[in-house]
Amino acid sequence: MRAAVVVFPGSNCDRDLAMAFRAAGADVTMVWHKDTSLPDGIDIVGIPGGFSYGDYLRCGAIAAQSPICQSVAAHAGRGGYVFGVCNGFQVLTETGLLPGALLRNAGLKYICKTVGLKVETSASAFTEGYNAGDVIDIPIAHHDGNYYADDVVLDALVDQDRVAFRYTDNPNGSARDIAGILSENRRVLGMMPHPERAADEGHGGTDGAALFRAVTGALTTA
Amino acid sequence: MKARVHVMLKTGVLDPQGEAVRHALGAMGFEGVNGVRQGKVIELDLADGTTEAAVTEMCEKLLANTVIESYTVEML
Repeated sequence: MRAAVVVFPGSNCDRDLAMAFRAAGADVTMVWHKDTSLPDGIDIVGIPGGFSYGDYLRCGAIAAQSPICQSVAAHAGRGGYVFGVCNGFQVLTETGLLPGALLRNAGLKYICKTVGLKVETSASAFTEGYNAGDVIDIPIAHHDGNYYADDVVLDALVDQDRVAFRYTDNPNGSARDIAGILSENRRVLGMMPHPERAADEGHGGTDGAALFRAVTGALTTA
Repeated sequence: MKARVHVMLKTGVLDPQGEAVRHALGAMGFEGVNGVRQGKVIELDLADGTTEAAVTEMCEKLLANTVIESYTVEML
């Protein structure tokens, strides 16, 4: 299984994301934001956390217009898998690959701590390694993670079983406690928490490793 | 020529920064501030002949996120 991890100026979780994919058995290529195409044969694109382009204008807004993001959108359009974490989730909403937007945290503060996440669905390549209802401990580290969408969109996400993770104790004001969502075809996942920071014994927790094992396994046998 | 774009969070979208400013004004003794909304102003220095339609397209595609923000364009 081949993964590409996009590196923007200001990305700071790109290596963590690559490590987590590699530990799960994926072959990982780093891709620079100015590249205009993805390497051939990429199964999944990872959009890492960080502060792409210094969070100028809006978090993820400039990255969403970068040359590589046009290729990522085309990859998703062909039914390819995409995984955005934290700033990567913000980029995916800015590109329109996922609905809604991430607003400033309701408490206005940057929050960096481990939180409980309830797995809402195991019906995706990303979450099939968990059982729906499982509570996992995953770190968050963000200033703008307050998920917003209008009620029509939120109802659709719930009705279509596209809420992947919810916070057990909402830290940032997110609508309906949403921490991560899936695209309509369930092949694009965006989430604010960092499973790649809970994927190795040295991290102090390994609850995130199952996500990387699941998606790597699913795409290897596919 | 120039254009000025005002970007504001849409009505109904909670503005925690505006709320914090409102609280601070109240704490400073300014009475009667019922609400504060914080937005941004973007000034564009444009080639002569740039149309308002072009600036509107810039807003739609980049300057505003129309999921959460509204904008107005002022050609100067």
